[in-house]
Amino acid sequence: MSRIRLEIRIVPRPGLLDPEGKAIQSGLQSLNYTDIHEVRVGKILLIELDADSTQDAINQATSMCQRLLANPVTEDFLIKLHEDSENSE
Amino acid sequence: MKVAIITFPGSNCDYDLYKCVQLVGGNPEFLWHRDSSLGKVDAVMLPGGFSYGDYLRAGAIAAMSPIMAAVKEFADHGGPVLGICNGFQVLCEANLLPGALLPNTSLLFASKEVTLSVENNSTIFTDLYESDRSLRMPIAHAEGNYYADEETLERLEEDGRVMFRYLGPQGKPTNESNPNGSANHIAGIINTKGNVMGMMPHPERAVETILGSVDGLDLFKSLLNHISASKRV
Repeated sequence: MSRIRLEIRIVPRPGLLDPEGKAIQSGLQSLNYTDIHEVRVGKILLIELDADSTQDAINQATSMCQRLLANPVTEDFLIKLHEDSENSE
Repeated sequence: MKVAIITFPGSNCDYDLYKCVQLVGGNPEFLWHRDSSLGKVDAVMLPGGFSYGDYLRAGAIAAMSPIMAAVKEFADHGGPVLGICNGFQVLCEANLLPGALLPNTSLLFASKEVTLSVENNSTIFTDLYESDRSLRMPIAHAEGNYYADEETLERLEEDGRVMFRYLGPQGKPTNESNPNGSANHIAGIINTKGNVMGMMPHPERAVETILGSVDGLDLFKSLLNHISASKRV
């Protein structure tokens, strides 16, 4: 078993209205960042867990996303190995 | 009618529901989210509030609590389940109802009285309402923007499973009178079997004249009648 750190990124599905992103975009436009096409807001979860391998950790995280962390109707998720996770192996 | 009212950490309409069930002659009972059994009850109600502080997504963590396994089993066997506001969010997150409730398009917490149409008055929750009746009751939510993919929306509409819609002053749904951006102005839906209903407006806060409206009363009476009738058979 080794300690593995993962970064899970959860974002609203493409095409889904993201009112928070829209509000931020209009704030940025007020600051004259006028070339912005779109802002979308999601969340990042940093998860540290013990697993047999990196693949095992990713499999566990995928299951967590499917069962709780992401809503399959409205959100997509992306799981990445967090930097310096390898060092702890 | 013995009704289980589930209290999650952060529920705040559980006592309103308790009082309301008593008002229509039912026998309410509080159950805690950590309970694993419903016992012998005739109906289950999930109250409004902010379970788990709405962390992650409104209703998401409550949907995983121990009592929800028992609620799912109860629903699978045809038991009536009503989710109001946060309770509706929990039912969607628990996959007992399709779709999801997103943040209001205004990004504001919407707290006001709305007018609703009764879209389907042939269910156990609505059969005392006349089909052309419009209802006044309050809403109080930040995530009430009903969303489902096109296919699911079409199915809901075709099957008559949209229960309530937000209406404008002319008695028709309009974008201006839609308080949260809900698809097709949807305020409440029911499952295919007709025993699980979720709605964002609060019928339990419209049951006495002093509250400004009694339009929610017939919803609870409909359910009570249905349960009493099924017990007589």
